Amino acid sequence: MDETQLAAALKSGDPAAFEALVRSEAGRLLAVTRRILANEEDARDATQEAFISAFKARNQFSGESKVSTWLHRIAVNAALSKLRSQKRRPEESIEDLLPRFLPNGHYARPYAAWAEPVDEALARKETARLVRDTIDKLPESFRMALLLRDIAGLSTAEAAETLGTTPNAVKLRLHRARLALRTLLEPHFGGAPA
Amino acid sequence: MTCREMTEFLREFVDGELPPEVKLEFDTHVAKCQDCVVFLEQYRATIQASQGAFGVPHDVPEELVSAIMKALEQAR
Repeated sequence: MDETQLAAALKSGDPAAFEALVRSEAGRLLAVTRRILANEEDARDATQEAFISAFKARNQFSGESKVSTWLHRIAVNAALSKLRSQKRRPEESIEDLLPRFLPNGHYARPYAAWAEPVDEALARKETARLVRDTIDKLPESFRMALLLRDIAGLSTAEAAETLGTTPNAVKLRLHRARLALRTLLEPHFGGAPA
Repeated sequence: MTCREMTEFLREFVDGELPPEVKLEFDTHVAKCQDCVVFLEQYRATIQASQGAFGVPHDVPEELVSAIMKALEQAR
């Protein structure tokens, strides 16, 4: 469905039209909720809740943004709401996963180039799963900054608002999350072991 | 600029937020430091890995569509 058809289906409230909208957009929304919630059942629940919220709020859709963008935002919020309701893991330190330096500011060890380009490695399903599982190992606040910025595609301001923190805190957490993820991926991508 | 400072500025560099005078120092350091060339490459590859690890499912599970439509019926 194109944007005009999506908007018409949303506004009409007609069951058949809305089902067509669900079939058109559910894959993208499920991808978004899977990025935030590690558990498949939770991701499906959040996707369902997102469509219910969208249906109830359909008269509030102003048409200023695309329907797909509006639905994306609703799905992110549904997934975050579910995440907040779950028992949180205690926040672990990220310091051990950050690069180390000598007193003169040089790296404490040399770095070897990774053996295979990432896009080629990701073509294998097991590598994509390994990356997802590795992201899940990051301490919670850093994982969320990475998920919202690099994966769900929110702006720094949107991620800060969603997480109830400042843009600068999001930037710092995002940077540290990327550094930590690099360390965790390094042994799998063929560089020197971390 | 040292490797430590280069690492601190990586996010701003990759996200295109470095002020020109700092970017000049950044570029100068990377041009002569092989470790930083590799580290910068891996930082970019890590972002690429995050973004590429979550594909959009082509097939929407039929039971999910049914569950959504059933829930919508109840919500009307």
